[in-house]
Amino acid sequence: MNDVALTARQVRYTNRAFWRNPQAAFFTFAFPLMFLVIFTALLGGGTVTIHGLEFNQSTYYVAGMSAFAIITACYTNLAISVTFQRDAGILKRTRGTPLPGSDYLTARVIHAVLIAVLLVAICASFGAAFYNASIPTGIGLVRTIVVVLVGAASFAALGLALTGGIPNADAAPPVVNATILPLLFISGVFIPIGDNVPKWVDVVGNVFPVRHLVDAFLGAYYGKPFFDFSWGDVAVVALWGVAGLVVAARTFSWEPRR
Amino acid sequence: MGERVVEVHDLRKSYGELEAVRGISFDVDRGEVFAMLGPNGAGKTTTTEILEGYRTRSAGDVKVLGHDPARRERALKERVGIVLQSTGIDPFLTVTETIEMYAGYYPSRRPTAEVIEVVGLTEKRDTRVNKLSGGQQRRLDVAIALAGDPELLFLDEPTTGFDPNARRTAWEVVKNLVAIGKTVFLTTHFMDEAQYLADRVVVIADGLIVAQGPPASIAGREQMQTRIRFRLPDGAPEPADRVQRLPDGTRELRVDAGETTRIVHDLTGWALDHGVELEALEISLPTLEDVYLQLTGSEVGT
Repeated sequence: MNDVALTARQVRYTNRAFWRNPQAAFFTFAFPLMFLVIFTALLGGGTVTIHGLEFNQSTYYVAGMSAFAIITACYTNLAISVTFQRDAGILKRTRGTPLPGSDYLTARVIHAVLIAVLLVAICASFGAAFYNASIPTGIGLVRTIVVVLVGAASFAALGLALTGGIPNADAAPPVVNATILPLLFISGVFIPIGDNVPKWVDVVGNVFPVRHLVDAFLGAYYGKPFFDFSWGDVAVVALWGVAGLVVAARTFSWEPRR
Repeated sequence: MGERVVEVHDLRKSYGELEAVRGISFDVDRGEVFAMLGPNGAGKTTTTEILEGYRTRSAGDVKVLGHDPARRERALKERVGIVLQSTGIDPFLTVTETIEMYAGYYPSRRPTAEVIEVVGLTEKRDTRVNKLSGGQQRRLDVAIALAGDPELLFLDEPTTGFDPNARRTAWEVVKNLVAIGKTVFLTTHFMDEAQYLADRVVVIADGLIVAQGPPASIAGREQMQTRIRFRLPDGAPEPADRVQRLPDGTRELRVDAGETTRIVHDLTGWALDHGVELEALEISLPTLEDVYLQLTGSEVGT
């Protein structure tokens, strides 16, 4: 079999195993929706002012939770589950077979991206059904698809890069959460970043990819005049993804760390 | 002998200051079970993982099926099956699915049902991995290694942690591998395992080979002494002066293999003449375990 066929086959096995762990699968999907409902219930009645324009917070959260969905599926889940597989010796076993390591990891990333696509579709549909958020069409839809694919692939690369710094499976959830939770708060995923946030939150948030992913979603979903879409946001996310890929290539370990 | 499947010459491996393998040489022939026997920390796993391509060597020559394993070539991996000392398996796939997934990585493969049969998991073929016992998962490890129909199998301590029953079953699995023409490279720290399974054994201690050969003749074992033990009733006279008295009161006599028959004859003759019963009379040939303990410098048991 060639690499494409081997990778595709591996995606199917990864997917089969994923759905056989119903609790993990359920919460992967329930988490973003749960937050969407909670945040909207708590803050949904209000508005947030961005770039001088008033935003309905329920609409805002559909974009925020779409970004969160991508980060959950591609960064958090992938980093934790790959670390677990490394510690369990599954990666080492795979390394002893003729399957190229790049095919195996590509399959893991593709699967995470597919889950992210499904999650974003669910978030957007949920928002349309309950919160009057509009499902993007035309150029907005094209932009959304690009944002989802670039975002998912980039955060998957960052997730793989992070595994090199995680000593063992027990440490995986705290390390992953410590790296991502603060960013989720200062990047407008959980709390909308309006025009009146402290300057440093704005500055720090703009260094990291999470804020740009949220802004890219806002732009793709709503466009002018509400929120202007910027390819610059997509480019920053992609750059982080490339950096993640470089780090992963240098530090990724196939064997348990001792 | 037949075709060389593994050739190792003056292999060395250092981890910083520590030299784990200090210049060992051996060959494995096609179709044999070759066992590397030694205590924990002797260098078994280091050697095995160099042969498997997981570690690089510090010095020496290594050839596995004509390849240098350090190059990690796909062409070599396609011909080798590896059972690592401890590895996980995806818990949510069934036995059949797992074997089929791994078999798909190889150009040639054995029929899945046959592989499952060889390791005795036929009744569990549709069971998910997380519902298997430890011993069953270990047999699935072997099945996965067999799925690509390899010429050479590495089994690194395949029965460590098994109960006696599970070990017996695992041994039969290894015998089955030989029956279907595989070459097996086995590491173990169980003497009986090497004795039962291996055609040839190397004993390794502190990174050096201290003995090698067929298990029956390793380290000139046939020259080692036979041990005769018995107890005497209270007040009985003492027999010949070669008999030692052990701390627990047991009498022990160590004799060369060639004179065993005569000495036993003399001893029983002496007992009959004196009307003494030789209680718990026991004649034991030296076991591989005795040799092993002697060679590896471990504490000698009774």
